[in-house]
Amino acid sequence: MSVFAGRLTDALATAQDRFRGVGDQLILAALWLFFLVFGTWAILTETDAFAVGVVTGSILALGAIGLTLIYGILKFAHFAHGDSMMLAAYVAFFALTGKVVGERTDVELPWSLNDLPGATSSIPWPGEGEFSFGYGLLLALLVAVVAAVALFILLDRLVYRPLRRRGSGIVIFAIAFLGIALAMRSLMLMLWGASPRLYVPGIRPTTDLPFDVRIVTDQIFIFFAALVLAALLYLLLFRTKLGKAMRAMSDNPDLALVAGINTEQVVTWTWAIGGALVAAAGVMLALQAQLKPELGFVLLLPLFAATILGGIGSPQGAFLGGMIVGITQEVAVAQDLLDISPGYKFSVAFVILILILLLRPRGLFGVKT
Amino acid sequence: MTAVLRVQDVVAGYGEVEILHGVSIAVSEAEIVAVIGPNGAGKSTLLKAIFGLVSVRGGRVELVGRDVTNIAPDRIVQSGMSYVPQTENVFPSLTINENLEMGAYVRRDGLRDRLERVYDLFPDIAPRRAERAGRLSGGQRQMLALARALMLDPKVLLLDEPSASLSPKMVDSIFEKIGDINRGGTAILLVEQNAKEALSFASRAYVLAMGENRFEGEAKEMLDNEEVGKLYLGA
Repeated sequence: MSVFAGRLTDALATAQDRFRGVGDQLILAALWLFFLVFGTWAILTETDAFAVGVVTGSILALGAIGLTLIYGILKFAHFAHGDSMMLAAYVAFFALTGKVVGERTDVELPWSLNDLPGATSSIPWPGEGEFSFGYGLLLALLVAVVAAVALFILLDRLVYRPLRRRGSGIVIFAIAFLGIALAMRSLMLMLWGASPRLYVPGIRPTTDLPFDVRIVTDQIFIFFAALVLAALLYLLLFRTKLGKAMRAMSDNPDLALVAGINTEQVVTWTWAIGGALVAAAGVMLALQAQLKPELGFVLLLPLFAATILGGIGSPQGAFLGGMIVGITQEVAVAQDLLDISPGYKFSVAFVILILILLLRPRGLFGVKT
Repeated sequence: MTAVLRVQDVVAGYGEVEILHGVSIAVSEAEIVAVIGPNGAGKSTLLKAIFGLVSVRGGRVELVGRDVTNIAPDRIVQSGMSYVPQTENVFPSLTINENLEMGAYVRRDGLRDRLERVYDLFPDIAPRRAERAGRLSGGQRQMLALARALMLDPKVLLLDEPSASLSPKMVDSIFEKIGDINRGGTAILLVEQNAKEALSFASRAYVLAMGENRFEGEAKEMLDNEEVGKLYLGA
């Protein structure tokens, strides 16, 4: 009798395990199906909002890839990510215009990138129309990349590395980076003031895409920039020795050390790549919306939603997660089945975040731990 | 015989807890040395201290006459010593090929030759080189972990319980493989819970207890030693 009972409990336990496994697969399949159906519906009925969503998604994707990379290798949530994006965007603004806020009017440096010959004349879009910016902004983007990389490596040396050597807990890291985020925001307020700024003032040129979609030409640039950077990062992670070492560290940092990988060096490279992505994402964000000190912090929630949706630590997941969150946000406030005010845009990201945490905490591409 | 690895009066531990209170061992060229002892004797800590993963507070570690005490693991790997941890000793999301590449991270040259040499030694994993290591069975993972540690052709290989949680059949083939590696000229320092297996396999052995040396000698003699048998072999 007891033998039978024992077997029964065993059988029940395995059944439970299997059931859980099947349930997990079902939830994943249901999520994919939902996003596919939603995406198709959005393309067909809300084409304009979908196109804008892809652009928002591109910006989120760039930010989320950096976030997921830093989490994967350093194992903490980088709460200063959004503010770093905006700070880098302001650095680009400063390089481009040479302006900082003064007592009554802006103080302007005698020389800036805009003074280069022809730096402000619009770059034509090969299709029809032109971008709002000239090559000056591209140079400013490079300056922002260099500045963000330098800042991240400096922060690693001054803040992160001492904490890590001390073996500090995850809460200490979170608080440290919240502090850094606040400091960054205050710095932006001090240097450039609270009122919004633009890289190029005036009306933005638009262009027509197939299927009667009319979008701001700059948005095409944002989309392709995100695509190219994501592809480059993919090549880096899967084709280069450094990238493989980064993935190895994300798998098991202790074993990476044992294998003879110079983990300090990989950490420095991670911050450098994260910084470059942050600068690109920040400049794209400012180009799409505007420059405003608190804009980066506001973006933190959708960034985390995108990262978790894709599966923390997975760059492919972060890219797709960014796209899904971006599109869902834009389409949700544009459709007229439910009356959602555009002011609730970011709460859509919050709903996605909660649902994913409840249904599938490891996200679309996450591995079981 | 010259010692490739010499550990002298090493004192080490974690935080304020001292685990090793002055342990000395020596491994000669192409020798297999086993370290046995009860749970908590400090066997694993000894390997970690040798490899620079736990900081050594006293004594010294010499590799082929060079002082390598408290040197970073990447430089230890470069000077000819490799280490295979007991568990989680492969990168699950990397392919088998990539796992092996990581074993040769400190070197820029000759990756292809190194890979072919290691695949020759481990024909079981060679056909699966493009697969993720996470899909391998326990025994194959252990093989991959050994292969990764052999990428730079080390003079000394440190193994932490290579037989842990493997089936008896798999244990035999792992030990067979370790024997092959040793015949290739690599000295092996092996920590084992399975003392009988280790003693019948090694040439010399040390018994560690409470973080101190307790016995040392020829492995065969130790198998017959009554005191060792009573205390550590459950005989």
